[in-house]
Amino acid sequence: MKRFPYIPHTEEDIKEMMKVIGINDIKELYKDIPELFDGELNIPESKSEIEVKRELLELSKRTTNLENYAMFRGAGIYKHYVPSAVYQLSTKRNFLTAYTPYQAEVSQGTLQALYEFQTAICEITGMEVANSSMYDGGTAVAEAILMASRVNRKHKALVAKSIHPEYIEVSKTYTESQNIEIELIDYDEKTGKINLEDLKSKIDENTSSVVISYPNFFGIIENIKQIKEILPEKVLLIVNAYPIALGLLEAPGNLGADIVVGEGQSLGNYMSFGGPTFGFFASKQKYIRQMPGRIIGETIDADGKRGFVMVLQTREQHIRRARATSNICSNHALMAVIASVYLSIIGREGLKEIAYQNYQKAHYLAKKLIESEKFDPVFEGEFFNEFVIKPRFDLEVFNKKLLEEKYIGPLNLGKFFEDKKNYALFCSTELNTKEEIDYLISKVGEIDEIDF
Amino acid sequence: MKLIFEKDKSGRTAFSLPKLDVPETKIELEEELLRKKEPSLPQVHELEIVRHYNELERKNHSVDSGFYPLGSCTMKYNPMLNEEMANLFNNIHPYLEEEHIQGALELMYNLQKYLGEITGMDAVTLQPAAGAHGELTGMLIVRKYIEDNGYTNKTKVILPDSAHGTNPASAKMAGFDVVEVKSGPDGRVDLEEFKKVMDDSVAAIMLTNPNTLGLFEKDILEMAKLAHEHNALLYYDGANLNAIMGKVRPGDMGFDIVHLNLHKTFSTPHGMGGPGSGPVGVKEKLKDYLPKPIVDINEEGKYYLNYNIPKSIGRLRTFYGNFSVMVRAYTYILMMGKEGLKFASEMAVLNANYLRKKLEKEFKIAYNEICKHEFIIDGTFLKEYGVKTLDFAKRLLDYGIHPPTIYFPLIVHEAMMIEPTETESKEELDHFIDVMHKILEEAKTNPEILKEAPVNTPVRRLNETVANKQLKLRG
Repeated sequence: MKRFPYIPHTEEDIKEMMKVIGINDIKELYKDIPELFDGELNIPESKSEIEVKRELLELSKRTTNLENYAMFRGAGIYKHYVPSAVYQLSTKRNFLTAYTPYQAEVSQGTLQALYEFQTAICEITGMEVANSSMYDGGTAVAEAILMASRVNRKHKALVAKSIHPEYIEVSKTYTESQNIEIELIDYDEKTGKINLEDLKSKIDENTSSVVISYPNFFGIIENIKQIKEILPEKVLLIVNAYPIALGLLEAPGNLGADIVVGEGQSLGNYMSFGGPTFGFFASKQKYIRQMPGRIIGETIDADGKRGFVMVLQTREQHIRRARATSNICSNHALMAVIASVYLSIIGREGLKEIAYQNYQKAHYLAKKLIESEKFDPVFEGEFFNEFVIKPRFDLEVFNKKLLEEKYIGPLNLGKFFEDKKNYALFCSTELNTKEEIDYLISKVGEIDEIDF
Repeated sequence: MKLIFEKDKSGRTAFSLPKLDVPETKIELEEELLRKKEPSLPQVHELEIVRHYNELERKNHSVDSGFYPLGSCTMKYNPMLNEEMANLFNNIHPYLEEEHIQGALELMYNLQKYLGEITGMDAVTLQPAAGAHGELTGMLIVRKYIEDNGYTNKTKVILPDSAHGTNPASAKMAGFDVVEVKSGPDGRVDLEEFKKVMDDSVAAIMLTNPNTLGLFEKDILEMAKLAHEHNALLYYDGANLNAIMGKVRPGDMGFDIVHLNLHKTFSTPHGMGGPGSGPVGVKEKLKDYLPKPIVDINEEGKYYLNYNIPKSIGRLRTFYGNFSVMVRAYTYILMMGKEGLKFASEMAVLNANYLRKKLEKEFKIAYNEICKHEFIIDGTFLKEYGVKTLDFAKRLLDYGIHPPTIYFPLIVHEAMMIEPTETESKEELDHFIDVMHKILEEAKTNPEILKEAPVNTPVRRLNETVANKQLKLRG
């Protein structure tokens, strides 16, 4: 009998157990299944740990690990510093190998960690309540649109064209079948901010929500307050926020946001090829019963001691079934806890300092690039740590050149915007040194201009 | 225990950054957009944080700390190798040029292929982030398919009354009306009842097989035939796949769409409730509806992200799904191989039946016959001792065992759903059997012990009413 490291059964065990069941052959356990399949899967035979490791190492070698790369690309996933303690603490095996806290008494670790996560999210977004995470930033936006529609029973979402293009795609996929219409709002070609006139003209009595990003996909900081002032009272303002920026920028909750969501990857999570990450989701307390996902609340035990449980479960699919606020079941609890550990480590001062450094590094980079006279500025709006500029040369050639030096250059906006081919979306974080930035600038000098 | 926020002390820190090395720029931003008040994140030192999370970790039961027979959740062991392999891919950005992500794409391509083979499906997307997310993907594919074929009258999705709650919720999110079909006295979908609800207005039928009672739907071929005669699609909820790998494939049973839960069947950690990963497989005729992108290979043997899927339902999440969960599942599949996956299923079913047999004398087993990887105790008999399934479950905690899933499926009163998985040894099962009998004895002789339970846990029984009435959702 072939043996496997994860299966403990000995031949003797199997015999004894079969005897208890009253069968002579394992096949008898499957006798109620029609003979449809010969039982020979067309996948490789089992391998040893050494062989599997070799195979995975080989695959990883053909995938560019950015650990020792200078990174100037963001566009939704960011390379921020992850303090050593974050990973070691958040991936402890009693966190990693536990499941949904269905038995609260033996899940207080999970529950308190998620309660602390909710608290931290409320603090940085300036909102009253938060859930314990969504799948990612895109699904958080989509669910926010659905939630707004449940709140005001209106069916049109006005979504800024300047939010992450993939979030728009996800939102469309999520809402189409629920008869929610998504209409896009232009951005101002001059500032890069949402076009307020366009927004005004598209608001009607069917408008449920307005979705903007803060900063937006071009890195530009939208004026939430101005946008909120335009909106009729019943229209909900959904702000998709970049949490690192909230160390510098006013909390969306203080500027009139009704729902604040966002991609949480940058809070201590690795880039992981884009997943798993997590979405955060916060709102005003009065909308709590329309919120999707798991929510953790404080309570007391039989001795009056503080403890935590899942609350408002009657909103959820396992109770409400077809009438649930969402079908979400597994969220991204581990990623949320990673964020919670991260935020505890950096603290309020750290968040402020990281945000400040991101701003400064990106502005230094932008200034130097413009000064090189090989780039033209694109938007006038103020930016945080990402910005768009237009190179006077072929961006792909430049990026290839950078790669040879272990530098990841900017994203070519042509990937998402037909009218922005060869526009560069640069990003800089606390991890970029002045030396790196200066070196990148020196590389610009080596590139020949082409007329575009 | 205190919240981390309650350990805050200004002047402390667990964090340091290099000194800003670039010349400073004055921040040019409207005053109203500048943060006035710092968020109240805690200022603590590193050792405090280490102790905080150590203490929290100790308050969790996990697969690593003990038996976790949570029915329907498949809490099998999560191999250490999986974690190490996943970490190889931590520092990969999703928007790197394709020649720099060939290894990652190859892994995804192979995983798509293997999962297609295991389920008997022709094409697979790895994009969905969890099982329920996969269900939504599947239901949206159904929707697009019926629209394309002009089946304007198809508005309903049928599912059994024993279905997971995510099934009706997902069908509803995709815009369908949900029709429940009753289970028969044998715990399977009643074929006669099924015929009554099956007509041309049905877009899809959602089933898991084996079902949530751990029983194989013996009429599946007949149901599939009926469904297809009415141009309805058959959707397979893969939550229970761990019972049948290498034994029978959903695709061969007539299913058109399948979702899998990588975190269940393929040994990836459940992470306290996520991340999961919910790949969806479909038959050839539905291939063009999959979310984009999927991973393909071209004539030169280069892997690429294929966005050219004209009928695609769109995109269900950003980037490509929970990649690092995929790495873990892929590692597991390589370790187990075709014979190991089959053996895993057999041993999962063996373990479940062993427990069932050992418990049947003293406990009332709902539908007591050969089951698949899980079975259900009907706890109504506990009433005569004045206790409930909940009390019984809480007492298990005192013995260091995570209770089975309770009060699900809804069609069994006082249900206790036991799924041991293949990674538990006979010794561990025997210990569980002893504890079950011990608690039953306590119920008979001193039921107060159960009602007072748990007593050996970090907190005693928690007051859910208070938690829901006086909502306190943040520190």
